[in-house]
Amino acid sequence: MNIRNLFKIAEDRSQYPPLNSQGKIDVDLTSHKYLKMWHGPQHPGITGNMSLELTLLGDEIMDCETHVGYLHRGFEKLMERRKYIQCFPIVCRITVPEPDYNEYCFAAALEELSGIEIPETAVWIRTLVLEMARLQSYLMWMGGQAGAFGMGVIGQWANYCRDLVLDRFEELTGGRIYHMYIIPGGVRGLLPDGFEGRMEETLKTIEKYMVDIEKVMFNNAVFKKRSVGMGYIDPSWINQFGITGPNARGAGVPRDVRKDYPYLKYPELDFEPVVGKDSDIYTRADVRRRDLLLSVDLIRQILSKMPKDGDFKAPTPNVLHWKVAPGETYIRSECTRGEFGYYMVSDGTEYPRRINVRGPSYTHAVALLEKMIINANLADVAGLMTSLHTYPPEIER
Amino acid sequence: MARIKDILSPFTAWKNLVKEPVTIKEPLKREAAPRYRGFHQNKIDECIGCGTCESICQNAAIDLVPVEGIETKDGDSGLRPRIDYGRCCWCALCVDVCTTNSLSLSNHFKWVDNDPDVFRFIPGVDKKEWDNEEKGYRKPGPNYELYSKDRVHMAELKPEERDKSFIEIVQGYSKEQAMLEADRCVECGICVATCPAHMGIPEYIRAVRNDDLNEGLRILYDTNPLPEICGRICTHKCETVCSVGSTGDPLSIRWLKRYIADQQPAEDYKKILETENIQKNGKRVAIIGSGPSGLSAAHYLALMGYECVIFEKLPEAGGMMRYGIPEYRLPYDALDKDVKYIESLGVEIRYNQTVGKDITLDQLNKDFDAVFAGTGLHLGRSTRIPGTDHADVYQAVDLLRDVTLGKELPVMQKIVVIGGGNVAMDITRTLARLQNQKFGKVSIIATSLESEDEMPADREEIAEAREEGAQVIPGWGPTSIKIVDGKIVGLNVVKCTSVFDEERKFSPKFDESETNFFEGDMVVESIGQGMDLSYISGEIKDNLKLDPRGRIVVDKYYQSSIEWLFVGGDIIKGPDVINGIANGHKAAIGIDRYLNSKQ
Repeated sequence: MNIRNLFKIAEDRSQYPPLNSQGKIDVDLTSHKYLKMWHGPQHPGITGNMSLELTLLGDEIMDCETHVGYLHRGFEKLMERRKYIQCFPIVCRITVPEPDYNEYCFAAALEELSGIEIPETAVWIRTLVLEMARLQSYLMWMGGQAGAFGMGVIGQWANYCRDLVLDRFEELTGGRIYHMYIIPGGVRGLLPDGFEGRMEETLKTIEKYMVDIEKVMFNNAVFKKRSVGMGYIDPSWINQFGITGPNARGAGVPRDVRKDYPYLKYPELDFEPVVGKDSDIYTRADVRRRDLLLSVDLIRQILSKMPKDGDFKAPTPNVLHWKVAPGETYIRSECTRGEFGYYMVSDGTEYPRRINVRGPSYTHAVALLEKMIINANLADVAGLMTSLHTYPPEIER
Repeated sequence: MARIKDILSPFTAWKNLVKEPVTIKEPLKREAAPRYRGFHQNKIDECIGCGTCESICQNAAIDLVPVEGIETKDGDSGLRPRIDYGRCCWCALCVDVCTTNSLSLSNHFKWVDNDPDVFRFIPGVDKKEWDNEEKGYRKPGPNYELYSKDRVHMAELKPEERDKSFIEIVQGYSKEQAMLEADRCVECGICVATCPAHMGIPEYIRAVRNDDLNEGLRILYDTNPLPEICGRICTHKCETVCSVGSTGDPLSIRWLKRYIADQQPAEDYKKILETENIQKNGKRVAIIGSGPSGLSAAHYLALMGYECVIFEKLPEAGGMMRYGIPEYRLPYDALDKDVKYIESLGVEIRYNQTVGKDITLDQLNKDFDAVFAGTGLHLGRSTRIPGTDHADVYQAVDLLRDVTLGKELPVMQKIVVIGGGNVAMDITRTLARLQNQKFGKVSIIATSLESEDEMPADREEIAEAREEGAQVIPGWGPTSIKIVDGKIVGLNVVKCTSVFDEERKFSPKFDESETNFFEGDMVVESIGQGMDLSYISGEIKDNLKLDPRGRIVVDKYYQSSIEWLFVGGDIIKGPDVINGIANGHKAAIGIDRYLNSKQ
């Protein structure tokens, strides 16, 4: 028996209806040939509370419509009715697994509109926090991606590593998930004593586990069979759909806000954006794995370069009635899923006139997924979706 | 393409079969990080219930509630924060913004209970195991503030520029300075409760912040018709209790009030305050004395349509504000601005009219519907120690009055002032200036019974007196004035160990073994003032109810036992300007009620 044929999936499409000009099929449900199926919002393979309305023929997806709104908390509207400082505890909740990009973008937008320059130490600490956030978010995603293809052990290892990063977050910020640490004007404290040592231990542990993960997940015939060539994103779609982050870099487009629009201390750090070329699930996973290791390297660079004391918060107007000069700004940062941005408009009052959150999941999980998923196998839907690395709460701000 | 390596490689995971698990066996016993934001703690004695935590909480998780055993008093609302853990998100902004630094979070994070109501609790009052936990989230350092703790400094004359002149010392805020200072306010309102006139302090500070000074002036005149004066010389009890002052400089509430009034030209007042057309009601009220209480009563009565006539025994209006407070603290043009506005409302002031001499109280009763007496404390008190009958022993109030009247003061080479209050500082600094003008040097000693910390004078008064060359030597009790050949040579004093007894009653104790001698050619006494009620005589006096200490008994509207006679000002409560303004206002309401009920 040829081992290469062991995992082969039939490519014979002759029994399926042809695609129409929109790349979809014309479905006649009364023909009893098709099945409508709701994938989520409770399906464990769906990352968070969103739902896919699938039309199946056999076990192949003929059509897909995404449904969001299961997690809608109305953040953008809530913020218009809150003073600026009162938005600070809210924004982190917009993206649960990596709240720090929200905190950074919100604070930076407010600082820009108010003309506040934050102290050097705070800039370094913010850079550190954002890289730590990237590290733990990738680790969590790693477990999800492996789990979607049936490899439970990777999730256990990756989440153990993530817990170690959360421990570091806990001692730095006072919180494990919602850090509420990057406050407008600076940050809420210096690094605790001995933090660098414990961080280094954590990084070493992560590197050790990453070796194992590479052996067990990336050099794995099952994973390769299911991910190589699967979930292809055509490079021509990148600009068409506004694809950013590892999803774009996996297609060979070196799009990274850290390099393209440098912010914080990234210009002083030595790194190159990680890119892949095959633009399939496997490549994107590999890009994220290497990006994770890049984060480890960047954290080491930051810790060796940053000042350990000094002021960490600039004086701000009294936060209880902070009036921001009229104006608008857009602040962007590179999160694990791509470009994360805050568009803030002030009309000169104590309340923001409008805050719009640009979460990459919106483009990736709604428009792109609907297109990519056509003709995929039902069993691959969860893995396909995870490979886009989407967080539904940021779709429904 | 699956390679054979890809088949075998995953089996390396099996090496973990023989490894110990990395998971924590009992995660609930794990201690959280020292900075962890866990359950709330509150040092209940330090908390003043200002409610700033409640204002910043975006979840409305904090309510200020009354707590048994904690009384409402000046500088303490008597309320304490109650936290609802059904709403709290542990952002700890309440800790960051806490004005007293009493609120913090412990690093405890486990709390299991069957009763959901217990999770709404008052930290520090409802005893919890984490109340004394050292670890947890604290405000992260002295440079970390959500509002400025430092007062915006007001420009003032340097000691060498002011020690010979009577020009006003503090120069006033510029717009930028005022807005910056107003920005520091946390709008807790602790000051409103303490201010005798209950002025809308957070509201007028907000008006400064919004640069809406017309609104600011309207708010000021709601409760205080003398903002130029109060903006300069108020005893600012509001600033003493200001919550921002718990861990920083209190707001310059007094200077902000002055800023609002200073910016508005007098001729615009009537338009801004909408007092151009007041309907008269045909009733008349006589007011004795044009001090703060008299002016305040006249202002509010005039607004209600009463025709008011003030009888003032001195040649100009203002009472103690003009004849007691030196010009370098309260310039006459500021005083005149407030008085002239009140006059413009139709209030008539008859100068050089002494009630009891030029017109009797009985006559006032016949000519007017009601009478308000705010005659103040103009009689100086004496220590009555041996030697006080000497011609070179003076009363501070007499000298201060003479300065304003333009009389020449007796100024000698060396002067001793007895007293530690604001009047003592006023006369000390006035005489120091005159000494400087006359002799080119200052040699004046102000001594008080009270120790430095207990001295009733404002701190800045004491500091500025010293800057101007006066010696302030607290903690000594005068025993006798030493007179040689008919001339005063100095003051014998003995160490004062305590002034008040346990019940805070005046009962000075001395250490006779420790004595001192202060050289001086003249002595000025400034140990308090008394009232002169000689204008109340005859049948009125017989019917007037007095308390055992000889003070007139009044009700909450300052109505005496003689129903047409209302009494206010320093003779009832004080002595200070703001109490006078407050009771003048209240008496005006009382007079209106009384006259309306008579119909």
